[in-house]
Amino acid sequence: MLYFTRWKAAAILLTAFIVCLFAVPNFLPSAVVDSWPKWAQRHVVLGLDLQGGSHILLAVDTNAVRKEKLEALRDDVRRVLREARIGYTGLVVRGNSVEVRIREAGQVDPALAKLRELSQPLGGFLGASGQRTLDVGSDGNLIRLTVTDPAILERVRQAVDQSIQIIERRVNELGTVEPLIQREGTDRILVQVPGLQDPTRLKELLGKTAKLDFRMVDTNVSPEQALQGNLPPDDEILYGTGAESKVPYVLEKRVLVSGADLTDAQPGFDPRTSEPVVNFRFNTAGARKFAEVTQQNVGKPFAIVLDNQVISAPVIREPILGGAGQISGHFTVQSANDLAILLRAGALPAPLTIIEERTVGPGLGADSIAQGKLSSYVGAAMVVIFMLVTYGLFGLFANVAVAVNVAMIFGLLSLLNATLTLPGIAGIVLTVGIAVDSNVLIYERIREEVRAGRTPINAIDAGFSRALATILDSNITTFIAAAVLFYIGTGPVRGFAVTLGIGIITTVFTAFTFTRLIVAYWVRWRRPQRVPI
Amino acid sequence: MRLLRIVPDNTKFDFMRFRRVSFPLSALLSIIAISLYFFHGLNFGIDFKGGTLVEVQTKAGPADLARMRASLNALGLGEVQLQEFGAPNDVLIRVAEQPGGDAAQQAAVAKIRNALGENVEYRRVEVVGPRVSGELLSYGIIGLMVAIIGILVYLWFRFEWQFALGAMIANVHDLVLTIGFMSLTRVDFDLTSIAALLTILGYSLNDTVVIYDRIREMLRRYKRMPMPDLLNASVNQTLSRSVVTHLTVSLALLALLLFGGQAIHSFTATMMFGVVLVGTYTSVFIASPILIYLGVGTGRDALSATAKDEKDRG
Repeated sequence: MLYFTRWKAAAILLTAFIVCLFAVPNFLPSAVVDSWPKWAQRHVVLGLDLQGGSHILLAVDTNAVRKEKLEALRDDVRRVLREARIGYTGLVVRGNSVEVRIREAGQVDPALAKLRELSQPLGGFLGASGQRTLDVGSDGNLIRLTVTDPAILERVRQAVDQSIQIIERRVNELGTVEPLIQREGTDRILVQVPGLQDPTRLKELLGKTAKLDFRMVDTNVSPEQALQGNLPPDDEILYGTGAESKVPYVLEKRVLVSGADLTDAQPGFDPRTSEPVVNFRFNTAGARKFAEVTQQNVGKPFAIVLDNQVISAPVIREPILGGAGQISGHFTVQSANDLAILLRAGALPAPLTIIEERTVGPGLGADSIAQGKLSSYVGAAMVVIFMLVTYGLFGLFANVAVAVNVAMIFGLLSLLNATLTLPGIAGIVLTVGIAVDSNVLIYERIREEVRAGRTPINAIDAGFSRALATILDSNITTFIAAAVLFYIGTGPVRGFAVTLGIGIITTVFTAFTFTRLIVAYWVRWRRPQRVPI
Repeated sequence: MRLLRIVPDNTKFDFMRFRRVSFPLSALLSIIAISLYFFHGLNFGIDFKGGTLVEVQTKAGPADLARMRASLNALGLGEVQLQEFGAPNDVLIRVAEQPGGDAAQQAAVAKIRNALGENVEYRRVEVVGPRVSGELLSYGIIGLMVAIIGILVYLWFRFEWQFALGAMIANVHDLVLTIGFMSLTRVDFDLTSIAALLTILGYSLNDTVVIYDRIREMLRRYKRMPMPDLLNASVNQTLSRSVVTHLTVSLALLALLLFGGQAIHSFTATMMFGVVLVGTYTSVFIASPILIYLGVGTGRDALSATAKDEKDRG
């Protein structure tokens, strides 16, 4: 156990040295590190609990996705049956299905054949399993089209992908450093924005679908009449925003131009009233449609609708041909700016709900860093002194090994670009305890072997070889716990699992190689007549 | 320099005799812990219960808890708990989960921010909606189960099944007592508590495994020694190591407990209890003597004889 070939010793020292080197960028100012090659710049990332910031978990509203899908399906059924000139009644959405009753029994089969064409094979690897978007069945002259669960799931997944891109654009507008936006599970999006003091604005930007429509106001019916039940089937009642949230408008359901046709939106001021406004510009198709509509409807009011709320309903004074326009509607400078951001980033395919939020202010983060540092220094100092008092020279060896161990933990954390959290610091402190334990196991074993009458070199050799098996066993059990914690934990807790797990790996490495190497060189150098522990 | 010997060489404590005391004692404590859990309950934090937690620091002078409480209670958010947190100007506000799903929680936070105004610094805001809290709890429980089973399987491979079973009984005993401790002290039971429990699990096992390793070694070496004597010898031989290790870990934890701050206080306190008090006691007084009852070492001669035979043939 105490004999090392020269190349093996070199390999051990080199490995430890290189791993420790990776920790270096953490202790240098970023101005120095920035000029280094990318691979050398890896460093430990401070968790949100240490540097402050917001962690926000969003969920795509699956019910909204389902509802939208079912309504689109209902419209498709209507279109298909009309085109095929098949008479029907009672076209409704019921549960997960669209139901329709065919008037004449003889037309049920042709209707079924036509409606089956609406069902498509699911894309991707699901397509191979033969699954389709719809189950189409009939019961007498009732036809039922059920949207399959995989189809909904696929749609939710797409919605998440699209939403991530849109959220990225929105968050980037906040000008924050290194925001993290990623998918979690099937229907969730995790947004982490470091260094954000007040997440209110971020949440406002994330919480809005930002679906913008331009629609005509139906002037044939007054809102009062409509509210009393005289609502034409192609119209709906929507309300104003903010202070006008009680003001009803009767709007056509038909969308003239939608936010998808916008190419740009910028906050500005109305030159006449100097009120904050949002200036927008349509793409070619949008501009043509908008020009057409405004030409036909001069003198009539139209409504600008955002997320089913009417922002404003101006009267068309003259045809708008340039493809550019202005939205005014009691904006503040901030809200005009936010709306412009939202319009530029585009509408979310489905509403998002915030299901978890954790925000740490910079003050608490700084305090936590200070407490983490203080407690680790004090903890380390006490352990170092205790080891020196208990094992003397070998205690010093152990302390050197533990120092290398901690440096290697930082090196590995940097290499993995891992996140350091306050519980993570606790994990490192605990690792110091565990790392010391491996030395204690070895030394106690050596003491025993000495008592059993072995010569010093023999005792040291036997002490190492017998203790190492125990060290491996005891560390693997702790490692299993750390691995489980990594999988179930989030945020700070995961940080604890990471440092604990890495700490166990470095502990086993140093116990098996580094400590042994130090002791081996000492034995070769001093040829001890008695073991000083 | 004379080195510190905390435990003298060649101790000969009769630990196994204590099993007549330690087993009933542990059984009693476990029953108390379980009753605490059922009748006193755990103080579930927002991770598992859902709701809102806000930590604020007043900008001018100590916080006026009564006034803050009055203004927050006027919001109609149900029960609002206020608590001084570490310093007189630091206040922890807990609001129970609001009915009405995820969006309602966010609305509650907005109301709180409005009510407290600009006179406070928001140090921490945590909002956990009903969907997430349910998942976190089930993940936590599944995680504990998976860890216990994983460790059990590992031990089963490395030792005989009796050792694995003994370690597991010892483990569950540790967890039960620690949960009792958490119930008694009313510390917040949240994700960090699960982290603490898992660490206690790993650490206490670490200790048990060290002793088991020695027992296994002794079983191979002394084929005719009566089990209680053999177990006693094993525990005594590893006693010095146990004491030294626990002292170093306690020192590290003590530093965290004293200087680690409020954020990890309940975490370290739980760990201190679990690792230092229960873990040590368990590996010596429960995990080792239980092997007698699980039948380790009975028929050793027969076993080793077969092993020898196989070796000869191989």
